[in-house]
Amino acid sequence: MNAHESITAAIRAANARGEPALVAYLTAGFPSRERFLEDLRQVAEGADVVEIGVPFSDPMADGVTIQRSSRVALSQGVSLGWILGELERMTPRPRAPLLLMSYLNPLLAFGADRLAETARRAGVGGFIVPDLPFDEGEPMRAAFAARGLALVRMVTPVTQPERLRRICADSQGFVYAVTMTGTTGKHVAVPQEVTQYLDAVRALSPVPVCAGFGIRGREQLERLRGHVDGVVIGSALVETLERGADPAAWLRGLRNAER
Amino acid sequence: MSSSTEHADALAELIAGRIPDARGRFGPFGGRYVPETLIPALDRLEEGVREHLRAPSFQQELAAELSSWVGRPTALTFAGRLSGRWGAKIWLKREDLAHTGAHKINNALGQALLARRLGARRIVAETGAGQHGVASAAACARLGLPCTVYMGAVDMERQAPNVGRMRLLGATVVPVTGGDATLRAAIDEALRDWVSDPLETYYLLGSAVGPHPYPYLVRELQAVIGREARAQIREKTGALPEAVIACVGGGSNSIGMFHAFVPDRDVEIIGVEAGGKGPALGDNAATISHGRPGVLHGTYSLLLQDADGQVQETQSVSAGLDYSGVGPEHAFLAHIGRVRYESAGDQEALDAVRTLCETEGILPALESAHALAGAKRWAERHPGGTVVVCLSGRGDKDMPTLQRTLLKGDQ
Repeated sequence: MNAHESITAAIRAANARGEPALVAYLTAGFPSRERFLEDLRQVAEGADVVEIGVPFSDPMADGVTIQRSSRVALSQGVSLGWILGELERMTPRPRAPLLLMSYLNPLLAFGADRLAETARRAGVGGFIVPDLPFDEGEPMRAAFAARGLALVRMVTPVTQPERLRRICADSQGFVYAVTMTGTTGKHVAVPQEVTQYLDAVRALSPVPVCAGFGIRGREQLERLRGHVDGVVIGSALVETLERGADPAAWLRGLRNAER
Repeated sequence: MSSSTEHADALAELIAGRIPDARGRFGPFGGRYVPETLIPALDRLEEGVREHLRAPSFQQELAAELSSWVGRPTALTFAGRLSGRWGAKIWLKREDLAHTGAHKINNALGQALLARRLGARRIVAETGAGQHGVASAAACARLGLPCTVYMGAVDMERQAPNVGRMRLLGATVVPVTGGDATLRAAIDEALRDWVSDPLETYYLLGSAVGPHPYPYLVRELQAVIGREARAQIREKTGALPEAVIACVGGGSNSIGMFHAFVPDRDVEIIGVEAGGKGPALGDNAATISHGRPGVLHGTYSLLLQDADGQVQETQSVSAGLDYSGVGPEHAFLAHIGRVRYESAGDQEALDAVRTLCETEGILPALESAHALAGAKRWAERHPGGTVVVCLSGRGDKDMPTLQRTLLKGDQ
């Protein structure tokens, strides 16, 4: 099984247990660079897939929490190279597949081919790149595909139907369905339009559909149940880590409430 | 094929109007690197540009407003005493005389008219020096559109007079404290606003940067500068100049000045970036001189960044040039060698402000003073030659900075 198939499989395994998968996001090196691997281990215990955020100086799709976590991580010297180095030396590797979420420029600076090779060695299963829309995918997409790495595509409530179909057909690992027009970290009410949109994406997508942006608690998870294959938890988990609370316990709390 | 042949072919494509291409590319530069949420809004804007920009009814409406409200055409002034001091014949394209005091109004008015045709409910804009913010606020007031302007907290302090002007003109000015608290952070925040309401909000981007079609749209709306200047200098001197010079931050006044002259292969074109305090990373805003290719604010262009791809903070006495990126068409013009880019430091710019005040009775914006500094150097190399300088704006807004620098100790 190559890397992108292992992501899909992890989500399907959660679904087989009767649950939406939890895709958990943390910013690498936040709140502390020293604790990164330990935080990652704990998050991975409570999650089905882990998204590791590569901090960037201009996180234009992110709200205040991830802007803050990115700034702190950068000020502590966190870089893409450092993250990949840490992951490569991590033993044992977490059971949950790992994705890197990064804005495009740090990836370009690293170089597409070198990145794909280094990421594969470090046990990374794929990438989410919020400022890389469908039409601008190359050369990243080709470099990732050559090594079996996923390029997880994003769709939004305003994506037009024909484009939606093409994005779903191209996305690997899963399709990241942005719940709303806006930045990360706000609270989404999950009205009926959102569940209808998610149903439509799911009807089109050959890979699982995970909803993200603004999902912070149990109530929203309950509303999304049956409309998604997984949910992405980002800012709310970053805030949990910032408080010094146990992330695995917090994620388990979300899951238990689902039953 | 040799690279000089490729570059000549690329220049021919540009002159033929086939650049940017359908994907918004200027050679390798440009494109649309934005969250998927903004793609429908950019598609709609692109369609709107195609439908309206060249339509006679839009052109008539724009021309009438440019004439009766902006005060175009702006003058081309022979700077006789300055020419005597610097040794070349220096002509000034007086964008400082345009309504609101800078070239920014050409773009702000054009885009506001377009936004109204596209049915926008509100306008958001970013501003660095405050000139684009003032221009946007004025254009929105004129057209009855609500306007929100994002401005870095650092810029609000050093360009305080413009903050008050925007508020008087009815705009909501939102301070941006994140990031570097200058133009770059203001664009980040304006994009966050737009991404929250991409279909009802119109993002009135002020420079020739950002995702396609903005670099093209801004160029087309600013190209009036060069068209007028070219006709005026021929009328007054009977010939084209030997050189044209403009300052480059994001690059809107310069692309507007240069566009009409690009096909005139005997005319030397020079862009002057902000050299700040010096050549070290973080001490200047000279993106073309010191940057490497990368993606910022939706476009692939040259960028001041570190080895990890993190965008670097910049330094310049001029808020309007204090930007880590540059428009993709400038990166392309540098790449094919049609425009030469150099930089002028803070002190050279301040010296040029003083000289223009003393010799011509004109207080230029600190941004425009960088172009003047470039003209001074050009004059040393070409005594007796003729050069047209884009005086992109007036310097009243810079009084807080000038009090701390040129006027220090004058109290």
